[in-house]
This record gives sequence, structure tokens and C-alpha cells, in this order.
Amino acid sequence: MTNIDILIIGGGPAGLAAAVGAYEAGARDILILEREEALGGILKQCIHNGFGLHTFKEELTGPEYAQRYIDKVLSYEIPYQLNSMVLDISADKVVTCVSHENGVQQFKAGAIILCMGCRERPRGALGIPGERCAGIFTAGTAQKLVNLEGYMPGKKVVILGSGDIGLIMARRMTFVGAEVLCCVELMPYSSGLKRNIVQCLDDYNIPLYLSHTVVDISGKERVTGVTIAEVDSSLKPVPGTEQYFECDTLLLSVGLLPENELSEMAGVSLSPNTSGAVVDESLQTSVPGIFAAGNVLHVHDLVDFVSQEAELAGKNAALYVSSSEHTGNEPGFRQVVMGNGVNAIVPQKISATPSQDVRMMFRPRAVYKKAQIVASIGDTVLYTKKAKILAPGEMVNFTLSKVSLSSADVNEPLNVMIKEAA
Amino acid sequence: MNKTLTCIGCPMGCLIEVELDEAGNFLSSKGWSCNIGKRYAQEEVTAPVRTVTALVNVTDRTEPLSVKTAAPVPKSSIFDCLSDLRKLKVQAPVHIGDVVTDNVAGTGIAVVATKNIL
Repeated sequence: MTNIDILIIGGGPAGLAAAVGAYEAGARDILILEREEALGGILKQCIHNGFGLHTFKEELTGPEYAQRYIDKVLSYEIPYQLNSMVLDISADKVVTCVSHENGVQQFKAGAIILCMGCRERPRGALGIPGERCAGIFTAGTAQKLVNLEGYMPGKKVVILGSGDIGLIMARRMTFVGAEVLCCVELMPYSSGLKRNIVQCLDDYNIPLYLSHTVVDISGKERVTGVTIAEVDSSLKPVPGTEQYFECDTLLLSVGLLPENELSEMAGVSLSPNTSGAVVDESLQTSVPGIFAAGNVLHVHDLVDFVSQEAELAGKNAALYVSSSEHTGNEPGFRQVVMGNGVNAIVPQKISATPSQDVRMMFRPRAVYKKAQIVASIGDTVLYTKKAKILAPGEMVNFTLSKVSLSSADVNEPLNVMIKEAA
Repeated sequence: MNKTLTCIGCPMGCLIEVELDEAGNFLSSKGWSCNIGKRYAQEEVTAPVRTVTALVNVTDRTEPLSVKTAAPVPKSSIFDCLSDLRKLKVQAPVHIGDVVTDNVAGTGIAVVATKNIL
């Protein structure tokens, strides 16, 4: 068994930034474990531009953004191991990993940063009726086939779900010569970024059917068509509204699921709300010394925020291993309560006296116009901001000062809510 | 005459209200929260442009090279750019920033690699 101060699971955007954060905070004994044959994670296949506006003040493509962090990791000479699949993490931070090159390895970590990202919801998670034929892909799988492997998944495409990957793939499939017939969204609003709707659908006259879903898939060997129908307010298909589209491919962009099997093995408590770990403001999970960041913690819209979050986790993991005492007797946590309109908040708890200002992130439950975001403890309002529009597709984030948090009684929860216009 | 646009400058997606005269000339805009939005609104109603990202074949490889236009190209020339790039074939090794073509589809704009293929 090898001892490592900081072990990072995953070499995607979160893992890379966590390594950089830990190194810059003084840690030197760091190892990144990555299961694929290259660093960069999902960014490798995201060849469109729009990454890095917040971090680098310029618009980069996914591979370019990833390379910036890879170059940093290389210049700091942070070790990483590719083609290495982590099989188990125990509560006392022993990590078991397997690879062709090294066989089975075990590491005893001082701190672990979980950066495993998320995966796409597949057809099986939706229960779409119809034939079980070829030609049904998740949007990310199609993206990998086209952008990394040089294969064309199909020629006439319907897309179910208007998440960002689906929108991006609508444009990509159009660019590589396919015909994209429509994009079908169950909800009355898109879960994708507005700029993607403009640039990926509107620019190419691809219709977006809101409040619609796929009710049947036809085709014996290969998809020959799909039937869509309108849904009512309880999301049930309305009989008589069916439309048939002849096509050979159905792409699914119907949500992402944080990949937390390893977190569960380590005994990390998960939030039913984010499907990620329950963390405090330092991004430490319920297991001391295990931190989480990026899409494994909660699904982000922007990689810039993944990087920021992961750098913070890296820094805090470095602080954790350098401080000698962990008595477990630290004063308790203030709970964070989700009020009206607030979903998937992170962090879910905050130390009594946080050592740094606290970044809060959440998703609005629905679309709110001319609303106000309010964070308060008892009668004391800590933060308020007016917003022209809030939507589930765009994560809200704001910062609370450590001073205002420290002065309130820790037993009183922090309430975050959206105040709707009267 | 007014036109409402969604800014594509960044993920904020500001809703911008553009005022045009009867001939369709730009008069004013509001709703943007930075200069990118201000510029985008005027450009979008007069001469819309887009950065194009695409794939180029690499000799003896199945993995394609991802590329982008070094600057935004007129929206009307997107498909000309794509068909131009489809005819190209590059040799590995290629590095981020390497110029693949210096004038795509007669736009006068270069196309550069966005990944390393070694």
C-alpha cells in the first residue's frame, strides 16, 4: 500500500483544477487517477466554443480549455496515472484501483477529492415505449462518436430533451451533414442555456417543441421513425396530438446523474436533491478528509464554475492534510434550508464560524420573472438580489460574507428563497 | 420597429431590445449588461457573425482534428466554411493554434487547430 497526501479521483476539469488548487496551497504529494487514456474528461469531446469566459476572459473550445489546466498540472509536475479505474474507496480512505500497467494497487490517502463527474440518463431511465432497435444514442455518446472517433451516428435525427448537450449536438449533426428534424422537450421551458437555443436551434431553423415528448419509437433493426405528442400540465401525453417523424436516429439529452457509486462505498452521505454528496462550505463531505467538486457534487452549466469549485476543494484538502489535529469536536454546522423556488442547493451546511466567504449555488425550481433572491438567518437578511429572469437551466450563485455568517446563532438555519413578484 | 435578441456573448443570455428605423437600420439598444452585448446587438441586426467549430480529417487517422475559425465569420458563410473544411486533410503532428487554412471560403479568416494530435 502506498501513502499519498492527496488522491484525486478523476482527471477531468474538476480533477485537474483540484490538483492545481491543492498544489498552489502547498501540497506536493498529489496523485490523479484517471480511467480514460487521456486527461481532460468530457472537455475532450466538447469541440464547440464558449468555455473559459469567466476564467480566461476569452472564448475557448473544450479541448483548449482542458489543455490550459493540463499544462498547469504538467508544469507543476503533479503525478497522474491514466487507464486506472478506481474500484473501491473505504471510509478510512484506502483507495483500490486497477490498471493494465500496474495491476491492482492500493493507496492510503490523507485526503481524497472526488471528481468523478456525471453520466447521462439513458433510455432505460425514462421508460420510453417502442421498439428496441439500433439508432438510439445519448447525445454525449453521439458527440464522442462524431468528434473523437470520426463516425457518423445517423442521417435524419430527432432529439429528445433540450439540455445543453442535445442542443450542441443539434448543431453538430447539422454541421456534419445530417438533417435534424426537431428537438422535443417535456417541460414548458428548455433546460439548456439560452445562448445555445439561439446558436444551435434558431440559427438553423430547427424547431423546438416544448411540452412534448416521444411516445413511440418504430423500427425493427434500426429506428425508422418516432412519434411525439403534446403533454398536459401533469406531463401526460394528450391523445390526438401525435405527430410522426421519419428518422433513423434518436438522440437523448434528458439529464445528467452524478456518478457517486464510489462515494457511497466510502460512506459519504448523499443529498436526494442534488444526487451528490452533502458538503459544508469547504466542500468536505460527511466523511472527514473526503472532499467533492464538479459534476459529481452537483451538475453545473459552466466548466468555469467547476474549475473554481474544484480549486477550492483542492485548497481545502491541502489545508486538511497540513493541519495536524482533527478532533471531530469542531463547533457544529448551520443547516441550509431551501425556501420557495430553490432547488439543489450547495453547500447544504455551513460551519459556525467559516474561515472564508461562502459561495452558495442553487437551481431555481421553475422560471421566475422579476424575482428576488433572498438569503436570511431568522429576521436578518444576509443577501438579496433582484433578477430579471431565473430559470432551472441557469444555476444561481452568490457569496455570503463570513462575518455576517459568524455573528448569527449557529442553531438558526440559513434560509434561501426566491421572492416572486406580487 | 423593435426586435428582441438573446445575447450569445456569454451564458448570461441577456435579453436585448433593439430599436430599428423603418428601413431596418440600427437606432439603439438596451438590456445588455456589458460591451459584448452592446456590440452583439448592433452586429446581429446588421451583419451577424459566428465562430465556427468543425472537424478536419487527418491523414492515416480515424480521429478527426477539431478546429475553429480564428475570428467570427459572417453567418451566411457558415456552410461554405464547413464544405471547404470537409475537403481538407492535414498531417499529424498538429498542435493547438496551428493554422489549418489561412482563408476559409474566401472570408479572409484563418482556421486553427483546437487540439493536439501527436
